[in-house]
Parts: sequence; C-alpha cells; structure tokens
Amino acid sequence: MEQVIVNGLYLGAQYALIALGLTLIFSLMNVLNFAHGQMYVLGGFVTYTVYGQMGLPFVVALFASAVTLAVVGALFEKLLFRPVLRRSKREESTMLLAAATAFLLDAVILLVFGEKQRGVPKIVDGVFVSDAVIIPYDRVVVGVVAIGLIVAFMLYMQYSRPGRAMRALAQDRVAAQLMGVNVDRYSMLGFALGAMLAGLVGGLLVTITGVNSGIGGPISIKAFMMVMIGGAGVVGGAIAGGFILGMMESVGLDVLRAYGDITYLVIFVALMVFLSIRPNGLMGKPWG
Amino acid sequence: MTMKAIAFLVVLALLLVGVPMFIAATGRDDLYYVLTSVALLSIISAGVWLTFYIGRINIGQGAYALMGGYVSAILVVHYGVSFWWTLPIAGLFCAGASVLIGLPILRLRGVYFAMVTLVLTEVMRLLAMALPITNGARGMVNIPLPGALTIFGITIIPDFATLSNPRLAFYVVAVILLALCYLGLYRLVHSRIGQLCQSLQQNEELSSSIGVDTAMLRVLAYAVSSFFGGVGGAIFMAIAQSIYPSSFTVADSINFMLYCFLGGLGYVFGPILGTFVLYFGWNLLYSLGDFQLLVFSVILIVLMLVLPNGLLSLALPKRGRGVAR
Repeated sequence: MEQVIVNGLYLGAQYALIALGLTLIFSLMNVLNFAHGQMYVLGGFVTYTVYGQMGLPFVVALFASAVTLAVVGALFEKLLFRPVLRRSKREESTMLLAAATAFLLDAVILLVFGEKQRGVPKIVDGVFVSDAVIIPYDRVVVGVVAIGLIVAFMLYMQYSRPGRAMRALAQDRVAAQLMGVNVDRYSMLGFALGAMLAGLVGGLLVTITGVNSGIGGPISIKAFMMVMIGGAGVVGGAIAGGFILGMMESVGLDVLRAYGDITYLVIFVALMVFLSIRPNGLMGKPWG
Repeated sequence: MTMKAIAFLVVLALLLVGVPMFIAATGRDDLYYVLTSVALLSIISAGVWLTFYIGRINIGQGAYALMGGYVSAILVVHYGVSFWWTLPIAGLFCAGASVLIGLPILRLRGVYFAMVTLVLTEVMRLLAMALPITNGARGMVNIPLPGALTIFGITIIPDFATLSNPRLAFYVVAVILLALCYLGLYRLVHSRIGQLCQSLQQNEELSSSIGVDTAMLRVLAYAVSSFFGGVGGAIFMAIAQSIYPSSFTVADSINFMLYCFLGGLGYVFGPILGTFVLYFGWNLLYSLGDFQLLVFSVILIVLMLVLPNGLLSLALPKRGRGVAR
C-alpha cells in the first residue's frame, strides 16, 4: 500500500503541474487550451533532442524546453487568440482556434520528430529500496523537481508583481484594466507561463516514460479531468485535482487490476457523480 | 413558406437525381463514398448544433455515434434483427442513455460541460474495449450488409447485398436521412420548443424565472441530439461493415464541433456547409501527404482569424439568429 501511495504522489506532482498551466491559461483568457497535451509532447521532444541527441546536461535541456514552449505560448496568444477574442461574437470561438492549434502542433511535431517512441538515458541511476517501497532514484528526482516547481510557481503568483497582476486579471479583467494593469502584456505572460509549465513536465517525464507524438490528446483529456475535479481557473484546485487524479489512478490500478483495464471507467463514473453534487469542482467559481 | 418548401424539394431532387447522373457521367464512383460520409457526418453534427442551440458546447457526440454503431451491430450480429429496425432502436437507445447521462451533466455549463463531454467520448471508447459483448479492441467485423425491408409483403428497401451498386444505395439512404434530419431540426428550432431553447441559450436563469422548465428542455434537446448521433453512427457501421472502439474517437468529437463552428452556429444548415467544406478540404489536401495536417490546421487557423463567426456569417450577415450574447 505504501508503494501505491508513493506512486500516487509522484504521479500527482506531474499531473498537478500540467493542470496548473491549463488552469492558468483558462483563468486569464477564458480559453480552454486544447493544445496543452501537444505542448507537453513538444517539451518532451525538445528535451529529447537537447539531452538525448546532443548530449548536453539535463538542466540545459529542461531550460530549452521551458524557453521553447514559453515562446510558442506567447506567440499563440499574441498572434492568434488575442485577435480572435477581440473580434468574435461568441467566446466559444476560441475553442475552434484552440483545437486548430492542437492540430497544428500535432502536425509540426509529427513532421519534425517523427512518430517513433523516444526515450532518453536515465538522469540518475539506482533504485531506492526499503521494506515498504521500491522507487527508482530518477523518479525521486523528477518528483522533487516537480514539487519544487509547483512551490516556485505559487510563490511567484503570490508575491511577485506580475503574479499579482495576473491574479487581478483572473479575478476581474475590466477592473484590473481600470487599475492600470497592462492586460495585453500579462495575458501574454500568462499564456507563455502556462505553456512553459506544460513543456517543463514534458521535459521531466521524457526521462521516465519517454515520449511519442500520439500522446498529446490523452494528456489533454487527463488535464481536463484534473481541472474539473479541482474547479476551473483556481490554482489550488488544479493542484488538488492533479494529486487526486494521480492518487486515484495509482490506487485504481492496484485495486481494480483483477477486473481488467477499467480504472478510467471507474474514475469517470466517480467524477460524474461528484460533478452532479458539486458542479464547480472542489474550489471552482460558479460557472467558470 | 411554400418558396422554402419548393427550394428544399429542388435541392433534394438535385441530390437524389442530379448527383448520381453527374457521377455516372464522369465515372467518379468514389465520390459516392465521400458524399455519403458528408451527409452522415452532417446528421451527427446536427445533434452537436442542437446542443449549441441550448447554449452548451458538446464535444461528446462521438460517444453516441459509437454507442449507436455498437447497438446496431450487436443487434444485427447477435440477435439477427434487420438493420433497418436497428436504426431507430440505436437512436432511441442513445437518446435514453443520454437522458441518464444528461440529467447530472447538463447542470454543468460552459467549459465544464465541454470538458465532461470530451471525457465522455474517451469513456465510451474504454467501455467498448472493456465490455465482453463488444469484442474488445478487435472490434466487430464482417457485419452483413443491410437486408431487405418489407412491410405487408411490399419490398420497400431491397437487400443491399443483391444490389449492383450498394454505394449508390447508401448514398440515397444517407441523403434521405439527411433531409429528414434537417427537416426535423428546422421544425424543432422554429417551433415553440425551439424558441424556448433559444431562451436557454441567452439566459438560463431568466428563462427559468419566467417559468420555462429548463431542466426538462435541456435534457430533451440533448436526447434529440444524441438520437442523431446514434443513427449516424449506426449507418456508418453498416457502410464500413465493421466497428471498432476507435471508430469514433475524441478527434471525431472535436471535428463534429468544428463542423458546427465553421458553418456558423446561428443557422440551422450551418453544420452541413461546415462538414462539406472541412471534409472536402481534408480530402483535397490528401495529395500533400505528410503536410496534410499542417496545411489543414493552418487553413483552419486562418479561417478563424478572418471569419471568427463562421462561414455563413459571410453570406448571411443579417439572417443569422441572435446568437450574440
């Protein structure tokens, strides 16, 4: 059982980081970023290229992933989402755009990196063994880095000037603008930051699970589920949702193993029941 | 009204007589398959459009298409029911299921509903993998072609296996169903219920405060929407003569939504146009090989930048119904 909990925590840390980026973009722009999973995959491939192919240190690779995705996110916001948001009659139109960007990233990833499953050498060798748990050291490193990133992100949002501006923006766009917040700049920063988080997780996880061009969609779906559990647009909710899903997955795989591959079915049914009682998730604002 | 009826009949005649003549003249038999697919996808998208009409973003239509396909396939293969009877049964089954699923999830709005329906598609795929009767990931193959339909000894629909050109037969079936579906949708939207549905789209609290039974209406609209999805999925199954858990995936669900968006959400026939343009566009780009998806997505993005309110916003700037909030 301890093993299951450790696995759940480790998974949850990754998931929370993915959900954080999604929820950040959502809360700032009211855009459901369909391309989030693809951004994750792109981050994974950048790390694969820099660390696995070129042989540079892992930290450099991770940094490259973060920068690449931040640039992609900023460009998406400036060139695509901002004009469409301004001119479209219905806010939902951005969903079409988001889906199109997901296709675009899928296509680019497929063209540039091919369709093979890619992996990189382990960052740390060895396995931690005790009476209760067995856990490879690289998972420990990745889990700790992920938790560190979550903490850093929360501190940044809480205490830095841009963080404060973004929180104001998420609360009330018009009011923030009236108080002199540069709405355009911080929307772009927020989008870049959200994309960067996705890229960072991709870069971290490529060392363990590897990466291939087809997993973007499923990752997005998982991210949506976490955000639904926690409540869309709330930082605390995304973190809670990530850890809860990670834990449910880990426990589910252990408990339901005898019944075949039905963990996700069970999770979904539980989610539906939960949402019918609390439509906004754990901490979400009413109607997002 | 009569003008509209005449225009409708002319278009229908053109589709049922003109297109086959054109295809016979040019010998492009493969066009049948493409046009049939467009018609069927339009039927499925009509359901998505209806959920848009009550102000919900539905990305779960693939789930019902898959469900309809499986219901029909299981009835044909395991119980020997005629395909033509399974068609309405599949639709009704999906409608029934959607009432059960819809009762809780229709309380959600905005992105919450969108996300939960998206997950629903994935779950239906997992369910199809897990249930014993669906034969798991290997899917159901070699499903017989639709047989004859006779009522009181009169053959209404001949056995498809004996036809020289089943493609044409499927095309005719698809076009007739398309016409029926959109007639029904048009009637529904322009009826009292349609007006009430629009009030849901504009302000649900307000309309419920006036006394509209919003909970009943949205479940009703969702059930009709799923009915379309189930029927469309069932015919797809019959054409392909097989169905797999991956026959309708999340990507398909997203596509159905895109068809509606692209056609324009303010007009009943928007989904047909959107489906036609996107499906043909996708096929035209086939020759680009690896770059197909890239070019396709770039075109989509450019379309969104140029026409953020859908294709029909070009031609029908004033006639679009009040979708702006």
